[in-house]
Amino acid sequence: MTSDTDTLVAEDPITGDEIELPADVEVGEIIDSPVTGTELEVISLDPVVLEEAPELEEDWGE
Amino acid sequence: MKVGILYSRIRKDEKLLLSELRDRGHDVEKIDVRKERFGLDATTAAVDDLDIVVDRCLSTSRSLYATRFLDSYGVPVVNSPETGDVCADKAKNSLALAEADVPTPATEVAFTKDAALEAIESFGYPCVLKPVTGSWGRLMAKIDSRNAAEAILEHKETLGHYEHKVFYVQEFVDKPGRDIRVLAVDGEPVAAMTRSSDHWLTNAAKGGETKSFDLDDRALELVERASDAVGGGLLGVDLMEVGVDADSGPAEGGADGYTVHEVNHTVEFKALDAATDVDVPATVVDWLEEKAVELADAEAEEADA
Repeated sequence: MTSDTDTLVAEDPITGDEIELPADVEVGEIIDSPVTGTELEVISLDPVVLEEAPELEEDWGE
Repeated sequence: MKVGILYSRIRKDEKLLLSELRDRGHDVEKIDVRKERFGLDATTAAVDDLDIVVDRCLSTSRSLYATRFLDSYGVPVVNSPETGDVCADKAKNSLALAEADVPTPATEVAFTKDAALEAIESFGYPCVLKPVTGSWGRLMAKIDSRNAAEAILEHKETLGHYEHKVFYVQEFVDKPGRDIRVLAVDGEPVAAMTRSSDHWLTNAAKGGETKSFDLDDRALELVERASDAVGGGLLGVDLMEVGVDADSGPAEGGADGYTVHEVNHTVEFKALDAATDVDVPATVVDWLEEKAVELADAEAEEADA
């Protein structure tokens, strides 16, 4: 869903709320849910689908 | 050029890189390593016509295996699997620095709780216990007493993964409330910043305050040598100042020198981009463009030989 040229609209997978995302969001990008603060991963853009992001794992980092 | 990006999570760093690459008209192939399979002579990932692949995997294990497979297929990849292998393991990292005569904190590795306790006692208190694999300051312990040492070692033994039984013990460097992160491409600094905190861990990921830093000649030399020691590439070189009174702070008199505590191979640079005047993603892409040509030339020479 597109609300205007600057934002996209998607459903928060945890709460079901509609949330706005920047229009330049990428597949694989992590955003913080404005509703719960939970990290969400962008799974697809057409349509915009979000999933709860994977938990931090021990070997993540630089 | 056609650039592959190995990833499993697009952070701000990857976003900056993707944006710069696309702005310059490069074709970008995003490769989510979670979705691909890597066979002995081919992969499901679309890598055949890529000029260069940049490893931006957040997971060290995925980074090491994915780059090793791509390298095996002859796909040009940065950083190289050899560099990743050294940087991903703190023990190998310390050894590489020491072998190259780059000053680095005194370190011992032990494989049992008793031997680790002996190492800790020989360093004296405080000293530092680190996991050999890990980042962002996770599971780092500054040990202030024998009682604490015994407790931490016992806890580490129960953590499960065999790597927690590789005890990496290091002298505590009484740095002046900050350390220095340098982003470098094949030893040439792109930008540098200090990371300051009242906590002994000053990592930006731990909330350390960042500020642009001008490298002196000694630091420039050490960054180049540290980069060479691990095989070069796009690296984050971490230094601590030595010979500075930790109480009077870094502004008093300057450092006598530096010690390089580690080199990171999938370096994050968003904090550097924000803290300095350098356009970090642009400089990184400049380097990638040069690197792609260099690797292609090397391959052509090899084919001719």
